Amino acid sequence: MQIVSQLLFVVALAAAIYVFSRRVMGIRRNILLGRDVALNDQPALRWKNLLLLAFGQKKMFRNPLVAVLHFFVYAGFLIINLEILEIIIDGVAGTHRIFAPFMGVVYGVLIGCFEILALLVAGGCLVFLLRRNVMKIRRFLSKDLNGWPRSDANYILITEIALMVLFLTMNTADQVLQSRGAAHYIQTDPFWISSHFTPLLAGLSDNALIAVERGAWWLHILGVLAFLNYLPFSKHLHIILAFPNAYYADLRPKGKMENMPAIQQEVLYAMQPELAASAPASDTVPKFGAKDIQDLTWKNLLDAYACTECGRCSAACPATQTGKALSPRLIMMKTRDRAEEVGRNKEADNKTLLRDYITEEELRACTSCNACVEECPVSINPLHIILQMRRHLVMEESSAPQEWNMMFSNIENNMAPWKFSPDDRDAWIH
Amino acid sequence: MQIKTMAEYFANGETPEVLFWVGCAGSFDQRAQKITRAFAEILDKTGIRFAILGKEEACTGDPARRAGNEFLFQMMAYNNIQVLNNYGVKKIVTACPHCFNTIRNEYPELGGQYEVIHHTTFLQQLIDEGRIKIKEGGSFKGKKITYHDSCYLGRANNIYEAPRAVLETLDADLVEMKRCKSNGLCCGAGGAQMFKEEEKGTTRVNFERGREAVATGASVIAANCPFCMTMLTDGVKEAGKEEEVKVLDIAEIIAADMQ
Repeated sequence: MQIVSQLLFVVALAAAIYVFSRRVMGIRRNILLGRDVALNDQPALRWKNLLLLAFGQKKMFRNPLVAVLHFFVYAGFLIINLEILEIIIDGVAGTHRIFAPFMGVVYGVLIGCFEILALLVAGGCLVFLLRRNVMKIRRFLSKDLNGWPRSDANYILITEIALMVLFLTMNTADQVLQSRGAAHYIQTDPFWISSHFTPLLAGLSDNALIAVERGAWWLHILGVLAFLNYLPFSKHLHIILAFPNAYYADLRPKGKMENMPAIQQEVLYAMQPELAASAPASDTVPKFGAKDIQDLTWKNLLDAYACTECGRCSAACPATQTGKALSPRLIMMKTRDRAEEVGRNKEADNKTLLRDYITEEELRACTSCNACVEECPVSINPLHIILQMRRHLVMEESSAPQEWNMMFSNIENNMAPWKFSPDDRDAWIH
Repeated sequence: MQIKTMAEYFANGETPEVLFWVGCAGSFDQRAQKITRAFAEILDKTGIRFAILGKEEACTGDPARRAGNEFLFQMMAYNNIQVLNNYGVKKIVTACPHCFNTIRNEYPELGGQYEVIHHTTFLQQLIDEGRIKIKEGGSFKGKKITYHDSCYLGRANNIYEAPRAVLETLDADLVEMKRCKSNGLCCGAGGAQMFKEEEKGTTRVNFERGREAVATGASVIAANCPFCMTMLTDGVKEAGKEEEVKVLDIAEIIAADMQ
């Protein structure tokens, strides 16, 4: 019987890890569809960003109350992995609480801490559920989230609460069994939280208790494995990708736009034709700006997968706030959807990120104010995508509003965006 | 007030302390011209040897680049950098955060390396050095002033404190809007929006910002950008407060109250 259980466990674990790594490789492939960009400079500053923004969740503390709750859920998630480690060893080896005899008193303290965290996680998730579904918070009510994104968020929170409740149930039953001296159930110090609930289960028979304990144990670990595989399909992927995303975050001042060396070169040759003669010939026609996934950088696509759809960007966006079609959160969600679609399709379809997903109207409404970039807790830059797509519109399609075309020709002819004579530039003096 | 151009300094074999980059708005927009004059007056009064490029100045290319026209931007940048480098310009001060951002952050990798200072930072330095002294009980005494962070000075370049420090030297009551500093709300003009009609929405960005500024009860809205100036003035008008609430650039405020 024991060996059957061990075998089942190993099969479940192996299957979960196999399916998870397949999906991870798929996401990696999708992200690498983007064009290459070197983001390895200044490692010291990058590590600092990773520690402050991802581990320390610095940006979250712009709203301290939410930040503290989120920190509980996050810390619980990280630390309870130690508990998962014990469960995995027990599951494979057929042991029970294998760390307990080695750790003595420390074990009880450790599990006690986990239980407190479990309670805080469950509490945090409950508050988040209420915030999302009961309280009228605009960024959660937004139509951006209609359909799957809204249920996705709720599934995650409900699953986390269920996993924590299972963990506490398992410990409660375990302690009743310990008190009865049941075989296999190692004596530990009382656990801090679940020891208060033992009277609830005291009326059950030994067999019923073992069924509860084993049931909770199996559901907990299978739930964790299922959750592991749900993760890469959901907004919850941010718990992993926040780390690389913070490391590879843009280190330039926010106002600096990415340069286009190809065009810089063109202008240089136009101005100094003598240089063009010695320039190496190139037979590839360069693409200007971004029309689809492949024209964006891999960091833009990593951004899209790291997005947790919290909507802080859109809540701060002047265009979103004044009812324009633009929502930076949707820019990221659509970019991710398109990356998924391109990754799935073996053959090219006729769709593109521009127009099939993101409209010109959305792109035009951006004031490049950087509020979205400032707000994002995981260092996503929606503005970079918008500006690259604007470049495509103007340079590849000559598509610009009439007023912009006038502005362009004024700059070209009068050296100013308005139609004034350059001779009057110093007229203000008089 | 005598304002010399870079060419005039050059012809005399002299170099000014600093080049005042006026910018297109500062040169041509009637309202922004007042800011330009106010700042030039301050420089003149404090005895700083400054020059302008005059007719040799051209748009930095900022709106073209942000609209997506990289080619036009590169052309403007190339020409401006040639002019600046030919004169051996080292230090630039400008009253336009868009020019400031472009010359400071985008020209270096195109071959234009200068020390670029926004006029609010420059004013703070002059105040700290004692070169600008504010009148006791000046025209802003006891008045409520609210400061609007421009996106290109604030979030884009992390300058939040210098303009506030300048305003704090006045005998005024500095109040913050609900959305300020890194949470500040855009005026609606950046990213080349200044040059086209806004997309359809429930309201305009500058109306929203104007209402917020008016809600502070301040009688002066301090701006640091000619585009914010236009947008906020329009926003205040929309809120029906153009009589009670004045939008002024920090340079105008200091020029009015310096000894």
